[in-house]
Amino acid sequence: METNSGDVLVISGSDDVVRVRQAVRAKAIEIGLSLVDQTKIVTAASEVARNTLDHGGGGTATLLTVQNGNRQGLRLIFEDQGRGIADLDRALTDGYTTGKGLGLGLGGAKRLSNEFSIQSTPGKGTRVVIARWK
Amino acid sequence: MAKAPMSDLPKILREHESQILDQWLRLLTQNVRTGRGRITERELQDQCRDFLAELRDAIEGGNLDDIRTGSFDRLRDMLGHISRSRAAQGFTPSETAIFVFSLKQPVFEMMKSETASAESWAFGMLLDQLGLYSMEEFLKRREEVILRQQQEIAELSTPVVKLWNGILALPLIGTLDSSRTQVVMENLLQSIVQEGAEIAIIDITGVPTVDTLVAQHLLKTVAAARLMGADCIISGIRPQIAQTMVHLGVELNVASKASLADAFALALHQTGRRVTRISSNDAKTSGISRGSAPGGLTGQANIGS
Repeated sequence: METNSGDVLVISGSDDVVRVRQAVRAKAIEIGLSLVDQTKIVTAASEVARNTLDHGGGGTATLLTVQNGNRQGLRLIFEDQGRGIADLDRALTDGYTTGKGLGLGLGGAKRLSNEFSIQSTPGKGTRVVIARWK
Repeated sequence: MAKAPMSDLPKILREHESQILDQWLRLLTQNVRTGRGRITERELQDQCRDFLAELRDAIEGGNLDDIRTGSFDRLRDMLGHISRSRAAQGFTPSETAIFVFSLKQPVFEMMKSETASAESWAFGMLLDQLGLYSMEEFLKRREEVILRQQQEIAELSTPVVKLWNGILALPLIGTLDSSRTQVVMENLLQSIVQEGAEIAIIDITGVPTVDTLVAQHLLKTVAAARLMGADCIISGIRPQIAQTMVHLGVELNVASKASLADAFALALHQTGRRVTRISSNDAKTSGISRGSAPGGLTGQANIGS
């Protein structure tokens, strides 16, 4: 599997979430994802980016276009050095939230992506990787 | 007359004023495009002469270290004014900063013949400070413009449209962040009171991404409208948005339609009205016939009120 060097975007305010969405949409169009897939990956990116901002205290988003044989895809890595998540299973449960949102973001992002992985160390930070294949 | 060690500069500026001014202006006109309704050469000359005079007054006391002190008050005011007007006239940051920085060369050349290098170092630092100050003022003005435009966009993009007696439409366009949602909600609730509306149609055709935050904002707006006695219909849900919302697990729990037209028809139905096609004879007598209507029928809708 080939990977190119990605674009790194800083997430430090709600404007940056909008910028991440726009960058993801542009990349998704570039590799020719269908309209539904575009919308799914953009929405998933929006959810995870907002988590990075609200719960992780800001961080970075890395956008990679990936190639696996003939399949092209878009992989997004979100990293923060925030307080981390103690109970990942619970965080992925629909309706559970520590903030004041709907509690659907992380689980929703997982359902909207083809690949989803999350690593978190309490006190150290969180890393979420999502991908959508063509 | 007792002089501080750094007292040669005011003298240089005084004695060689016209030479310095000439060379400064020459450098400036090389780098800054005058004319085109921005700034005339005459204005530039005046600005340079006044700036040089103020600079001389400011350093008369021998202070070259800190432009925040009182002796620089008038020079700072003047430079701030120039920098802000540069921003308003559409100058680039470089074109604005060059005003101060291009003074270095002519003054240094005069100093070479007369004074030691310690003083030229101090003067260089002073001009650097002034250049930075100039940039700060330039950016401040730019930021004011951006802020004003943000506020204008927030107001412009959230009109509430009356479709019929008691039926309002709120076409949403762009990104729904928290501050805009606040404006949207206020406008809608205000209009519901003014129009005595029973039904409000929130159209999200122009919202590119519906994530959980947008959904939450919509739900709050719907709940607030309900408390005021108005029912909401959400329209403009495109196929890709519908699929995404299902995966997200968001349930809106309100009537929703794919298009604004469908939502309007539903609203009319709910308020006991119906759209009927009138016969072609009636249309002719009322003078609203449209010849190209399909099947020879006139396409005038008749809505009871």
